[in-house]
Amino acid sequence: MAFAGLAVYALYAASTLDITWARLLVGLDEGSKFLGRMVPPNFQRWELLVEGMVESIQIAVLASAVGLVLSLPVGLLAARNLMPAWVSGPARLFVALCRSLHPVIVAILFVKAIGFGAMAGVMALVVASVGFVSKLFAEAIEEISLKQVEAVRATGAPFFSVLFYGVLPQVLSRFVGFAVYQLDSNLRNSTMVGIVGAGGIGGTLFAAFKRFDYDFVAAILIAIVALIFVSELISGRVRKAFQ
Amino acid sequence: MSAALDREWTRFTPAERMARFAVYLACVVAIVWSIRTIEIIPEFLYDAPEQMADLLTRMWPPDVEYYPTDIHSALVETLHIATLGTILTLVAAVPLGVLAARNIVPWWPVNSAAQLLLVASRSVNSLVWALLFVAVFGPGALAGTMAIAARSIGFVGKLLAEALEETHNGPIEALRAAGAPWGAILLKGYWPQVQPAFWGIALFRWDINVRESAILGLVGAGGIGVALDDAINYFYWDRVAMVLVTVFAVVVIAEILVTQIRKRII
Amino acid sequence: MTEATNAATPDRTLAVRGLVKEYVRGKPVLRGIDIAFAPRGMTAIIGPSGTGKSTLIRCINGLVRPTSGEIHFMGLDLAKLRGRDLRLARRRVGMVFQEYNLVERLTVMENALSGRLGYVPVWRAFLRKYPAEDVARAFELLDAVGLGDFAHRRADALSGGQRQRVGIARALMQNPDLLLADEPTSSLDPKTSVEIMELMDGLAAKAGIPVVVNIHNVELAKRFAVRVIGMTGGRVVFDGKPDALEPKHLSEIYGGESWLT
Repeated sequence: MAFAGLAVYALYAASTLDITWARLLVGLDEGSKFLGRMVPPNFQRWELLVEGMVESIQIAVLASAVGLVLSLPVGLLAARNLMPAWVSGPARLFVALCRSLHPVIVAILFVKAIGFGAMAGVMALVVASVGFVSKLFAEAIEEISLKQVEAVRATGAPFFSVLFYGVLPQVLSRFVGFAVYQLDSNLRNSTMVGIVGAGGIGGTLFAAFKRFDYDFVAAILIAIVALIFVSELISGRVRKAFQ
Repeated sequence: MSAALDREWTRFTPAERMARFAVYLACVVAIVWSIRTIEIIPEFLYDAPEQMADLLTRMWPPDVEYYPTDIHSALVETLHIATLGTILTLVAAVPLGVLAARNIVPWWPVNSAAQLLLVASRSVNSLVWALLFVAVFGPGALAGTMAIAARSIGFVGKLLAEALEETHNGPIEALRAAGAPWGAILLKGYWPQVQPAFWGIALFRWDINVRESAILGLVGAGGIGVALDDAINYFYWDRVAMVLVTVFAVVVIAEILVTQIRKRII
Repeated sequence: MTEATNAATPDRTLAVRGLVKEYVRGKPVLRGIDIAFAPRGMTAIIGPSGTGKSTLIRCINGLVRPTSGEIHFMGLDLAKLRGRDLRLARRRVGMVFQEYNLVERLTVMENALSGRLGYVPVWRAFLRKYPAEDVARAFELLDAVGLGDFAHRRADALSGGQRQRVGIARALMQNPDLLLADEPTSSLDPKTSVEIMELMDGLAAKAGIPVVVNIHNVELAKRFAVRVIGMTGGRVVFDGKPDALEPKHLSEIYGGESWLT
């Protein structure tokens, strides 16, 4: 039933979007030409490639570092079991705002505000990181055992000691998991914000595209896939180690 | 008392402390290296709050008039791109997920090949996929739909393969013992076990795709991003604001919808 | 042990007067409690579940804010304290919990040392740089509760009885002037329960501080307490020596009679 419904919808949507066999066939033809021009990948301008990749990695590292540092207090403020509603409400709204706009859109706004370059990319990914990590962190805090917190409170510990002993130990391993995941995710996005002028390999890619240097495009794509593959392997290992 | 005083306590053994120190050091080095090499132009940064404020005042109030004339049709197109893209994804991700599941196809070259395709699919950002497909199909919704599908296959395929690998072996063995052909084993043995996970993954990805499809227009792949791009290029910031408000509303509605449907079916 | 040998022994008399607690307005859980506790020895509070025993204990160290009434201890009215003053007063009151409430992911030593959190500055607590005498005292207490070799174990690797021993060590690390215990044996087997009561009684006597314990088990209460207080429906209905506790009192406290035979 569900499948039949989806099939009917697909046909309807395809017709409204003007997707036809003819276009697909033309596209396939174009695609084969396109692929032909991508092979063999051209690594001659590897310096440009490495430069762009390094900048992407730096954007991801900085955005993750700043984003995670900000996520700790924001997530804490957004946790409904530790904070009164007048604190957690606005904090949750803020987190939802950070999360709702796509990093690329945020990157455009930052490019307009602070100019082209990696800084705009960093800022955009900081917003995305805060949106994602704070939400998960707040949810993790909302699941902790309050009994342990009460016991630490009963010793007469000041607020921050209660946090460091009663709350953090219960959520730290999960936070590390989110952090690694977010670094991974920032790395993916940092390869793309360049398309709107916010630094990194994306800018190189977009430029190569506009000049129809498809063999260089292929080289860049291979480099990106390799980078993401390696980072996925590493983050998988790290997350397992911390479980 | 004196015996107790002689005992020292440290939270970590020396080896643990070395390991932790190494991790911290690696983090700090990475951050310092990034800060030192990334181009930070202080003048731009000092200026940023002012520029931001300027941008926001230009955005206010959002141009409501722009919605019926341009945004609405673009929005509908975006939703179609996201949904059709997700359906295409499901069609392509199921065979790949099955091939990648080590318990179903016990032959590692096939698993690895499928995994490689899945990794390649999700390593390339949807915006980059859109660039590629615009070059192939020309600007428009077709390229956008293909981009959404291409990016999502890796995501859905990976999760589906993981769900398949977690299935219980009991029913499968029973079917095998009864001499069922492999098609029947897949359909009667595995499918019932992964069906809830499958729909859950599909909904989850649709939600993400609604967000993603909103930006594809920036590279000409159709949808509401085209309206956004036009407004930005002509510096109609009040129109930009209206598009952003629309995107925000749709994203929130999509998320609520998905959570509601999830509650019903899972 | 270093406690209780001060030249001028402080007055550790705890006095509760007219204590009322309403979680929901008009539905009091405690309906005016008046008890003057002795400055040493164990006082057991018995009574059915939901009768406000836990609330009473939690009011004494300010984990629950009383609606009205006074709690006098060491020259302070604990019911009036707020913020920093309350926190400082709490340091003087150790507490042992029913479900141990150890921080599961920390080591036994960290849990014991957390009893000093009210005294050490936050940065020291964060870096685990406790004063040497605190660490020495923690080892001493862990030895006393029989867990000297467990300092590096994580709390979630311990059995229930072992966890409660750490809980006792943590409470005594505060060098408290009063030890509270909220159903400390309810989650333990009978033999371990006796051991835990012995430990609390013995260590508190050594430190010269009074103990107030909520307890379900009437036999344990009679065996260890020098005084038993029976509560029902948010009121005190029995107050006297364990020997004076007779079946008629128990039936008044818990209601019904058939369970007594």
